Amino acid sequence: MLLIECPYCGPRDETEYHYGGEAHVPYPEDPAALTDRQWGEYLFYRRNTKGLLAERWVHTAGCRKWFNVVRDTATYKVQSVYRLTDPRPSTGGAL
Amino acid sequence: MVEQTGTDLAGLRRSPLAHLAETLEQVSAGSDSVTVREIPFLNMVGIRVDPDSAVASTLAGITGVGWPSAHGEVTGAVGDSAVLWLSPDEFLLVTEDAVELPPGLDGSPDGALPTISTHPLTVRLVAAMADSGQPGQVVDLSANRTTLEISGPHARDVLEKGCPMDLHPRAFPVNTAVSTTLGPVQVMLWRTHEDTWRLMPRSSFAHFVAQWLLDAMTEFTATPVS
Ligand SMILES: [Zn+2]
Repeated sequence: MLLIECPYCGPRDETEYHYGGEAHVPYPEDPAALTDRQWGEYLFYRRNTKGLLAERWVHTAGCRKWFNVVRDTATYKVQSVYRLTDPRPSTGGAL
Repeated sequence: MVEQTGTDLAGLRRSPLAHLAETLEQVSAGSDSVTVREIPFLNMVGIRVDPDSAVASTLAGITGVGWPSAHGEVTGAVGDSAVLWLSPDEFLLVTEDAVELPPGLDGSPDGALPTISTHPLTVRLVAAMADSGQPGQVVDLSANRTTLEISGPHARDVLEKGCPMDLHPRAFPVNTAVSTTLGPVQVMLWRTHEDTWRLMPRSSFAHFVAQWLLDAMTEFTATPVS
């Protein structure tokens, strides 16, 4: 069980959250101009990082806010938690 | 048909746990350490607003209660008007039940469209929000959730069987309210007194939550084998 610290509510059990995949995947500036391959890569292609990964979580059973978590995908250790309006934390180039 | 609905709206309502009222009463009567009952038809108003905005001050002037500023906080008083913190810009106002037919439903010629709320305070808040022209939302959510009250010296023991929160008084003092889960169900949990808690599940989950509580209470309510 992960204990994740919601930036608004504090530490809560993993069961109160839903996972939203990799963070900082930019929405295409002009989606209509994309080829099918580019659109498919935007939708489905992710880094599949082993190690520190910035990812989105939503506190479904609590404040219902989205926020970002930097988590080690190998150890599950949560390194930091930040709001969508906060700057992306430095992770020593691991991301 | 209009005549029928226009006379006694309150009498037509049926609470989500009306069918279990007798069971809850019987089980509670058999225990001196934990009791449970439904408090039906509390007025609940969902308010989304920036608490620092001008319209937030206007709304607070109408409720007479300030805004809670952090997770877990409740302003106002249980049994009167209370505002629960749901998120930095979302709040739940809980007040006592009241039913007043709005213009348009009461047969009067004024009022083109009836408001969707029959609670006078809610109607005033909705109007103030609309008149402000500012971003925000005031919605009557009274039918969204019902309220279960569980009390007694073993009430916390019962809740701790299925709630991931730390409910010890040092972490969860009186008049704390949070959105969390009980078993698999999302609920608002509000400690109103030392040994008294309110659980607010959505209406369609109320039956499950009540049955869950009855099951969890068994060790404190069952007749001991002699
Ligand atoms: Zn939260």
